[in-house]
Formats: sequence, structure tokens, C-alpha cells
Amino acid sequence: MDIIRGVFKMPRLWWLISLILLVLLATLPLYGSAYTVILITAIIMYVILTVSWTMFFAPTGYLSLATAAFFGIGIYTMAILGEQLPLLPAVIAGGLVSFVVALIVGAITLRLRGVYFTIFTFGLVELIKHLLLFWEINVTGTRGRFVVLENNNTIFGVILGIFVVLMLTYYLLRRSKYGLALRSIGENEEAAAHLGVNVNLLKVFTFALSAFFMGAAGAIMATRWTYVDPYVAFNVLHSFLPVLMAIFGGMSQLYSPIIGAVIFAYIEEQLLTRFPEYFMLIFGVILVVAILYLPNGLVGLVRKWWQKGLREENVNS
Amino acid sequence: MLVSALNIVINGLLLGGLYALVAMGLNLQYGVARVLNIAHGEFIMLGAFITWAMYTKFGINPLLSIVIVGPIVFIIGFIIQRTLFTSLRTSAPSQPAFEGSSMLASFGLLFIIQNVALIIWGGDMRAYSYYNFGINLGGAVFAANRLIALIFAVVIGIAFYIFLVRTRIGKAIRAAAEDPTTAGIMGVNINLVLALCFGLGAVMAGLAGVFLSMCFPIYPVMGLEYLIITLIVVVLGGLGSIPGSFIGGFILGLIGSAVSSWQPSLALAAYYFIFMLLLIIRPKGILGK
Repeated sequence: MDIIRGVFKMPRLWWLISLILLVLLATLPLYGSAYTVILITAIIMYVILTVSWTMFFAPTGYLSLATAAFFGIGIYTMAILGEQLPLLPAVIAGGLVSFVVALIVGAITLRLRGVYFTIFTFGLVELIKHLLLFWEINVTGTRGRFVVLENNNTIFGVILGIFVVLMLTYYLLRRSKYGLALRSIGENEEAAAHLGVNVNLLKVFTFALSAFFMGAAGAIMATRWTYVDPYVAFNVLHSFLPVLMAIFGGMSQLYSPIIGAVIFAYIEEQLLTRFPEYFMLIFGVILVVAILYLPNGLVGLVRKWWQKGLREENVNS
Repeated sequence: MLVSALNIVINGLLLGGLYALVAMGLNLQYGVARVLNIAHGEFIMLGAFITWAMYTKFGINPLLSIVIVGPIVFIIGFIIQRTLFTSLRTSAPSQPAFEGSSMLASFGLLFIIQNVALIIWGGDMRAYSYYNFGINLGGAVFAANRLIALIFAVVIGIAFYIFLVRTRIGKAIRAAAEDPTTAGIMGVNINLVLALCFGLGAVMAGLAGVFLSMCFPIYPVMGLEYLIITLIVVVLGGLGSIPGSFIGGFILGLIGSAVSSWQPSLALAAYYFIFMLLLIIRPKGILGK
């Protein structure tokens, strides 16, 4: 048992495992079927949304439901710029537009506490959706847009790249003094401010940083959907699913939201193809059950069992 | 010009009465039980659909449906509070943690109720005609059913306020809203009071649904749209202030009717705009503490 416990504390081994997994993923188009590539792309999309949501929520405790807004902004940026710009700059542009919008929104709203902030971010999705609809109906006279189509393997490569950058960012953020300062905001905001933490700047910047990845993910996913309109782009489900996936997996460890997102995104794909009319119902039930019985997520539960097992082992020996 | 202004005001008041009723219900749930119930709009939808089904299947007068819808949604709300939210409340480490988790759980409820309704009734728009003739008031014309809805909404709203201020249970509710722990020590059965509040809040949404179904087309996903308006009304009036919600409902109704007369598709965007302004300038609302 001590060996296993030691293994868990070896950062170098974790890096190795991550690297092997990453190489396996990166070479997937060489050996996997087209279906697998598309499925994994969808799963990684959810992982990106979940991890970037967690990046802001886990340390600060600010529950944002604006994920769909930033994701949608990325989608629309790609729809507008996709023809003028090459793919990668367009994806980065999608992230940057989301980043800027999040900076503005964050600067206005992050003074709000608790439920006010959540309601506001939830309203933001609907506001952007309705303004876009109004714009499309009354100004451009069209509904929806076509997006330049991209090769599935290219999309997979780009989304994997976003994922790697996101994980490195999140890792560094957690390890740095900024991560510590962020957590102090979550613990006690007044105390953090008194200790000299620039509370507002830090919150707004992290919020915008998480929005950057959501926007970039939206921009690249737009090239897979070929046609987008405000209802597709600003689907509120994209705000809820990341929250649910993070709760489901847990948020204490770097990897726990990934596990929640991977399991849940896979379940979602299966449910959507087999029982499309019951999908949302089952989704609601899982959400309620996860909140009731998994306060620390799946990872938290497994760790609890693990520690219990270790303790019993120690008692026996 | 004068007639159109009168039209805007009357339409705003008619709409505002319903907003006020729904918002009072939500505010009761948040102010006392501390649950920001995102599934509140679903109780409006349930009330509307039960009324519609009763009227079209059995020919039951929509106003009589009040006595059917009321108990049904009350029991649903009561049970939800006693089971789901009570267990979340007792296991939550802190008040903000409970508010976050209960709000998320209510999102789950929203999806459950909405999709059960979709499975039962399908996704179509439904409507029926009841007292659907025009009333002319100084040149402004509106449907009679909307006036009925307004009168009932105001009467129920005021009756509830009197209940809250004058009766013993009302006092217990207010005490629980101030400080649940102390109220509990003073002999208030806190779990019962919270469940009662949640049930009563659901009743107000359900009854608003009854009146809505007389005036507007209904559909299973209507709840979310009304919920967003309700949230804005509640924040406008002040979270936790019942009279604030009542006034806020009418204010938002008037604004909505003014914007709609100019550019109907912008009404909802205007609501958000007001909401954002409000959150920036005065997040505690008109009558908030």
C-alpha cells in the first residue's frame, strides 16, 4: 500500500502518464475511426468548457452561468471571420473576443456576490441571444450563418491543442501565487483585500482567462457544425453541462473535472442517440442526484473510499 | 397619442399584476427558504396546462381550476422542500453553499418538470378562448379575460400580504425569514414553515399560470421565459421584500408594455438591459434592505 501511496506523490510519474495519454490522443487519427475522432472531439470540447469553468469557480466560489455566452461568442466570431482569416488566427480571435467581453462583463458584475452574479451571467446568455436575433431579423435580414467547413482531423488537432494549453495554464495558475490569492478570495474576500490582494483585478482577469478558452473552443467547434444561428450558438445547455460535469467529477484535483466531463460527455452522446426525448429528463435527474449524493464529486467519493481502505489496512497490520 | 399612452399603461398594469403575483411567490421561497427556485416558472406552466386540460377535456371553468391547481402545486412544492431542499440545507456547510447547491438542484427540477410536461403534452402551443371579448376604456381596448386576471392577481397578492402580516403563521414565517435558528428556538417548527413557504410560493406561480392560460398561448417550455422576467422583478423590488416584488411587477409590466408598443422583439432585451443597469446601480432593489 505504501508503494501505491508513494506513486501518487510522484509528480514525475504523473507527467509521464499525461504525456503518454497525450501522445495516444494526438495520434488517434492514425489508428482510430472517423467516428471515434468525432466522438473524442465532442468529449474534449466538454472537457475544455468544464475545466475552464472550474478554473474560475473552484478557487473563487463565483458560480458563472455565462459559459454558453462565451462559447457562443467564439462560434459567431468564427462564422464572421472564418472566411477572411486562416483557421488558427480565427480560433485565437474567437478566444480574444470572448476574453474582451468577459473583461467588460466581469468588471461590471464581479462586485456582485452570490446569487446575483449567477442570475446576471445567466441573463447574459439570453441577452446576447436576443440582441443577435433582433440584429439578424431587422438589420441583416437573415437568420443564421454558414461556417467554413474543416476537416475532422484538423478540428481534432486544434481542439487538442487548446486542451493542452488550458491544462498547462490551469496547472500553473494553481501552483502560482495568483492561484493562492484567488483561493483566498474564495475563503474570505474582505480578508484577502486587506492582505493586499488586488481582488477585483484578479477576479476579472481569471474570469476573462477562462472565457478565452471557452471562446476558442466555440470557434473551432463552429467549423464542425457548418450552420449556426443564435439558438444553436447560445444554447443554455452549454452553461449547465459544464457545471454538472464539474460537480459530477469533483473539483479538488486538477484531473477531477476532466474525469467528470469525460464520463458525462460519453453518457450524453449515448443518451442523445438512443433516447433523445428523454435526454433532458435524465439530465435533470442526474443533476439533482449528483448534488444530493456527490458533494465532492466522483473523484471525492473514490478518494474517500481509498483513504478508508488505507486506514483499515493500517489498523489490520 | 393619449389613447396609445392609455393603452400602454393599461396593458402594462394588466401584465404587471401577473408578474407581481409570480414574483411574490419566488421572493417568498428565496426570502424564507433561501432557495432561489429556478424551477419556479415550471409551476406557472403546470398551472396553465392543468387549467387548459380541465377546460378543453371536461369543460371546467378556468376560474374554478384555482381550487384544483392550488392544492396540486402546493403539495408538489411542499414535498420538494421537505425532501430535496431540507436534506441539502442540513448537509450544507454554510448558507452561501446551500444557496448555490439549492439553486443548481432547482435547475435540475426545471429540466425534470419541463420534460415530463413535454412527454405528456407535446411541444405545441395551446390556447383556449374564455371571456375573450374587448372592453373599451376611454379608447383603449383590451380583452376581458386580462382584466379578470389582473383583479384576481391583485386580490390574491393583497390577501397573502394580510396573511403574512396579521396571522400567527404569517408571523412565524416572518420570524423564520429574519433568523431561522432563533425562530426555531422560540418554538417555530422551522421545517414545516419552510415547506409551507415553498408550497405557497408554488401556489402563487400555479395560480398565475391559471390566469396566464386565459390570456396567452401556452407551451411546455414557457416557464423559463417567465422565470427570467420574474427574477428581474424580484431583484428590482429587492430580494426578500414581498411588497417590493408587488410594486416591481407593475413597474416591469409598464416598461415591458411601453417597449413592446415600440419594438415587440426588443421587450426581453429591454428587461435585461434594465436588469443589468439595476445590478450595477442598486443591486438591493427598490425596497431591499
